Amino acid sequence: MATEHRSPVESGCPDGFQYLHPLMRKHYGNWAYHEDPRPGVLRHVAHNGEAIWTVRAGTQRILDVFTLRKLCDIGDEFGDGYVRFTIRSNIEYMVSDEDKVEPLIDALEDSGFIVGGTKNSVAMISHTQGWLHCDIPGTDASGVVKAMMDELIDEFRGWNMPNRVHMTTSCCQINCGGQGDIAINVQHTKPPKINHDLVSNVCERPSVVARCPVAAIRPALVNNKPSLEVDEKKCICCGACYPPCPPMQINDPEHTKLAIWVGGNHSNARGKPTFQKLVAAGIPNNPPRWPEATAVVKRILRAYRDDARDWERMNDWIERIGWPQFFERAGLPFTKFHINNWRGSRASLNASAHIRF
Amino acid sequence: MTDEQHKTPMLDELEQGPWPSFISGIKRLRDQHPDERVNGVANDLLGQLEHSYETRKGYWKGGTVSVYGYGSGIIPRFSEVGTAFPASKEFHTLRVQPPAGNYYTTDVLRQLGDSWERWGSGLVTFHGQTGNIMFIGASTENTQHFFDEINDYGFDLGGAGPCVRTGMSCVGAARCEQSSTDEMRVHRTLLNNFTDDVHRPALPYKFKFKVSGCGNDCMNSIERSDFSIIGTWRDDMKVNQDAIAGYLETKGRQYLIDNVIARCPTNALSLSDDDQLEVDNRNCVRCMHCLNVLPKALSPGDDKGVSILIGGKRTLKIGDLMGTMIVPFMKLDTEEDYEQLVELAEETIDFWAENGLEHERCGEMIERIGLVNFLEGIGVEVDPNMINEPRTSSYVRMDDWEEEAEKWFQRKAEQSQAAA
Repeated sequence: MATEHRSPVESGCPDGFQYLHPLMRKHYGNWAYHEDPRPGVLRHVAHNGEAIWTVRAGTQRILDVFTLRKLCDIGDEFGDGYVRFTIRSNIEYMVSDEDKVEPLIDALEDSGFIVGGTKNSVAMISHTQGWLHCDIPGTDASGVVKAMMDELIDEFRGWNMPNRVHMTTSCCQINCGGQGDIAINVQHTKPPKINHDLVSNVCERPSVVARCPVAAIRPALVNNKPSLEVDEKKCICCGACYPPCPPMQINDPEHTKLAIWVGGNHSNARGKPTFQKLVAAGIPNNPPRWPEATAVVKRILRAYRDDARDWERMNDWIERIGWPQFFERAGLPFTKFHINNWRGSRASLNASAHIRF
Repeated sequence: MTDEQHKTPMLDELEQGPWPSFISGIKRLRDQHPDERVNGVANDLLGQLEHSYETRKGYWKGGTVSVYGYGSGIIPRFSEVGTAFPASKEFHTLRVQPPAGNYYTTDVLRQLGDSWERWGSGLVTFHGQTGNIMFIGASTENTQHFFDEINDYGFDLGGAGPCVRTGMSCVGAARCEQSSTDEMRVHRTLLNNFTDDVHRPALPYKFKFKVSGCGNDCMNSIERSDFSIIGTWRDDMKVNQDAIAGYLETKGRQYLIDNVIARCPTNALSLSDDDQLEVDNRNCVRCMHCLNVLPKALSPGDDKGVSILIGGKRTLKIGDLMGTMIVPFMKLDTEEDYEQLVELAEETIDFWAENGLEHERCGEMIERIGLVNFLEGIGVEVDPNMINEPRTSSYVRMDDWEEEAEKWFQRKAEQSQAAA
């Protein structure tokens, strides 16, 4: 039966300009400076002296329509009806009148949203979907983040840190959460378990072989069926074969662990952008509240807060005090696994006589 | 009415604590939404999620779902345990491109919410890590209805699979004093030039554009995009000495010395005996640190433009790569300037589409073939801004050194002629 199909309008990315607060349209490209009157609030001043206030609030990120409408109601009743979302899924309300700021904050807090996340706070953790929607997750980043933010809420609301702290989580080693001052990521510790009955039907075998970063996968006949086998001595348990070949199950209730990385920084401020480095591993993947992971994160945060200087990001601080002192202050073991052996790794070794005593 | 409610003792623990709970939100859809379809989907979704929490495994599988005319934009999800949780057994995500800069009115958010509860689960995220609005959870049939409805009022799907992906741009000129370019225009000019490559995956792998208005790179573009556009300026930064005096008064000399002067990565700042901030602009690298600390006193210059870095990506397959500086400075004022930007993006994507291996990101291809081959492929001349340092190994053939050196001098002569 022929169906009438509507042809798509390939309009692409919509123009953001139509949704801008009138003051932002008026002063587009013409802002002079900004101030931070209190945590969660920004005041941007245009060259002609006109100002716009922004109130930022953390949310659960995965919004139900009731919550979305509640956020809109607050924007209509207490704001000017103009909002945006930050890269870390906070909502921001822009208002032209200072008198609206306090009632707006009260309305957000009364409804359970958390005002903060600006300047030298612990920002909202950026994360991915996890068990709620992803096809390859080893954990539930949404749950990890909820449990962790419950405990870091004062750091989100306040300005207690030397500089901003960006945290991320990821449910697999592809690491959609990205780089962060602190990253909590899945780390598999055992090779995939292969269901040989399914491989030939489900997987395009040459692409799976090509996907392996260490060439540990080869075609094989198992029980007279074309399948794939893994050289388990070579395998680095990264899980790269699992997305193109789901019968190569990498997730394991016990052996899929969490690892913690620090010092990733996207900004060019002071030093050039940096990648995060492994500091802790073997942390149990322990739903529903992952207390062990939160405990390590809090230890690292405390060490950073107590010792870093103003404006030092995590990576700046560690660069100043050195890695031996970092491990000491964070109370974390240094192991052979911390020493890089991937390509280019010699550049990460200390080729100098520089030692702190 | 829906079947019996699934018990969720583990998820219930995520309703405790002060941070807003996504579990409570899904329960609201189960218990309070007027549409029984939505109640049923939320109930079975909670059931499957609880099962994941108990067994520490995911139960979603991919597949092939798309709307008419497109091959991309929907993340298909079929449940492996759909017999136990039938109402959410098809739970696809639609990736929808947000307005540049992620700006919305409450009206348009309500409109999107109304459409979504009509056809989907009622769960939505602003935004996913690539930058899409993620409408999480629609049946195969309803993806088309939802898309048709929102497409009618100006929203379009983003990318998924080996294609140009949805772009991101920062808060930008609309509300930031550090902005040195028109981020929204850059974002929309690039993305909407490649609409076909967004909707019909035919590239080696994903390709991402991200736009940040300054070196603070709030969009994480250097590491997280294949083609990173960063606002910058090439004349002197502006210094308001009165505001410096104000900071000295409120913050003190030592604060200024420790947090501004001493933190400049190229020692381009000094505080004179009469408390004037002096800037060695020739050696300022536009890192943004001092402008961040002293926003009232320091501002970008007037001769604005962008830098372009190519080849950033995360771990798979060869390890993390930052983008490499390819165009140190490009003016973006006129139509012709923007055409030049689009041309560079086209050259880059064409060359990579031709030479990249399957599932090889642009940066990985550059790593494999070498930067110089890539530059020759896209027609960009070498520039010392592209490197941290010159070669340290003598193991290289340099047969046509004279010719290459001559090219350099010729380019220099042309540049000074053009400047004159």
